Amino acid sequence: MIKKIVAVLISCMMLCALLAGCGEGGDKVVLNVYNVGDYIDEQVLDMFEEENPGIKINYETYYTNEEMYVKVANSGSSYDVVFPSDYMVQKMIATGQLNKINTANIPNLSNIGAQYLGKDYDPADEYSVPYMWGTMGILYNKTMVEEPVTSWKILWDEKYEKNIFMLNSERDSIGITLKMLGYSLNSMQETELEAAKNALIEQKPLVLAYAEDDVKDKMINGEAAMTVAWSGDAFYCMAENPDLAYAIPQEGSNLWFDAMAIPASSKHQAEAEKFIDFMCRPDIAKMNAEYIGYSTANVTAQQMLEDGVKNDPLRYPDLSTLQGLEVFSYNEALTERYSALWQELKIAG
Amino acid sequence: MYKKSLSYVHLIWMALFVLAPILMVLVYSLTTKDANGNSVLTFAHYAKFVNPAYIGILWKSVWIAALASAVCLLLGFPAAMILCNRDRRRAQLGKKGSVLLLFVMPMWMNMLLRTYSWLTILEKNGLLNNLLEALHLPPVQLLYTTGAVVLGMVYNFIPFMILPIYSVLVKIDRSVIEAAEDLGANSFCVYTRIIIPLSLPGVISGITMVFLPAITTFIISQLLGGGQYMLFGNLIEQQFLKADNWNFGSALSIVMMILIFLAMRIMNLFNKNGQQVAMF
Repeated sequence: MIKKIVAVLISCMMLCALLAGCGEGGDKVVLNVYNVGDYIDEQVLDMFEEENPGIKINYETYYTNEEMYVKVANSGSSYDVVFPSDYMVQKMIATGQLNKINTANIPNLSNIGAQYLGKDYDPADEYSVPYMWGTMGILYNKTMVEEPVTSWKILWDEKYEKNIFMLNSERDSIGITLKMLGYSLNSMQETELEAAKNALIEQKPLVLAYAEDDVKDKMINGEAAMTVAWSGDAFYCMAENPDLAYAIPQEGSNLWFDAMAIPASSKHQAEAEKFIDFMCRPDIAKMNAEYIGYSTANVTAQQMLEDGVKNDPLRYPDLSTLQGLEVFSYNEALTERYSALWQELKIAG
Repeated sequence: MYKKSLSYVHLIWMALFVLAPILMVLVYSLTTKDANGNSVLTFAHYAKFVNPAYIGILWKSVWIAALASAVCLLLGFPAAMILCNRDRRRAQLGKKGSVLLLFVMPMWMNMLLRTYSWLTILEKNGLLNNLLEALHLPPVQLLYTTGAVVLGMVYNFIPFMILPIYSVLVKIDRSVIEAAEDLGANSFCVYTRIIIPLSLPGVISGITMVFLPAITTFIISQLLGGGQYMLFGNLIEQQFLKADNWNFGSALSIVMMILIFLAMRIMNLFNKNGQQVAMF
């Protein structure tokens, strides 16, 4: 009997909590911001609410682009600002998931560097505003790697057998292999893909693990000599362990962008544009860049950062001199082909 | 009346959160989008599965899950036996409480966290290798091997083996064992003729409860196996989270469900006591 009473009481409490949740916000506009976890200085959210008393931010986070896409495209809930990566912007445009942004409402767009605009994923910059950007490269431990790291080929060096991490991500791992072989990382040429597959199978005995996010901890603890890494993660690891260094191989690499965009399901286009404009304001962009540690696309904010950071050729490489950087492009056939190739690698050996 | 209405709640719950998702998975597995974006019926996803590569992945998963179940049984049965005897003795002394709680307690922690901590133990500069170093022994590569994956499965799922066996063992009527002993059976005979046959329902549900999560896990094989090879769970995960091919992923899930269902039917054949093996 007591158990039943407790059960009923708990149900009542849950129901109350649920109803209370619905009532929040009052007559304020609720702006649903959906971002990658830990990808903003959350203080700026409070600042935005303070400056715009009529808007309340409902901040939610996700882990991967794919997760965000599923939520935005299928769940029926409405989001107002999302933070997709380059290829995901392209996919969302192709599937009609994004609204055009009225750039007239975003005067702070002038702070975004021209070199980060007009990329193939959104050629006319109608749907997205670049937020953070970076490269892909090799994160290595200077106490274990003596020679200079200049080429992806070092990941195939037998000297480092079982001392190499690769990423368990087909797009990235196949991409850098194609780059090593001198091809485009968006290649759909069967001979090139076959060559990349054979190179990866050849490399497999040398690889310690195809790691995911845990690779950061592993590199900080000196578990392996080198790994393929995104620049942002690399800088995080380097801050934790000074023995680590990052290099962008000369064959070229991936250039990536994370952007801000407004999903087609948004009901508050004007407020969403206001938020994006706010995020592009130099002082706000500076706060975010300092908190996250990634390279900001906001050149005015970049100039406000510390000297060692804003002039760092690895964080802010000169895109006009760096050759062979490519942005991932999205199409369905390519996704399918690359994932089949990845399975063949996993089965081999 | 009150009770009946409660059972409707249960039915609705099951229909909404068990039946409906399975039906949706089934629909996904049998449809594809044509050029106009309309869904059309197809068996192509199942046909795609009939491929040596995917069968190979399935076979490997079955093998590793079976190995993990066997290790769990070998460790779990004696553990349940010891626990049961201990609790019996204590009950005779009028004491209550069981150490069983100690086996259940780790399950209150998140499985991901528990698996992550094995990384710290097994890695190159980890606890075990530090210990070996202190003993002047050469370091060994423990992490990112099949052994590490099986270890992770055994560690995570062994409570599911111990609990059902324990709960069957404590219910065995003590007088049956005493009768066998009175009639001259030695302790080996008591074990093989009395205790083991009577504990079979527990053993079978233990095996099922270890085998199921072991064959579908993707996180243990990724973290402790280093993504060197794919298990069936990883393959399904890849279809949903990376390849964005829900249809093929659903077909794979259905194949897995059918296999598990068949496995449970076969297990039930061994279970002559008439007790059905519970799925969870």
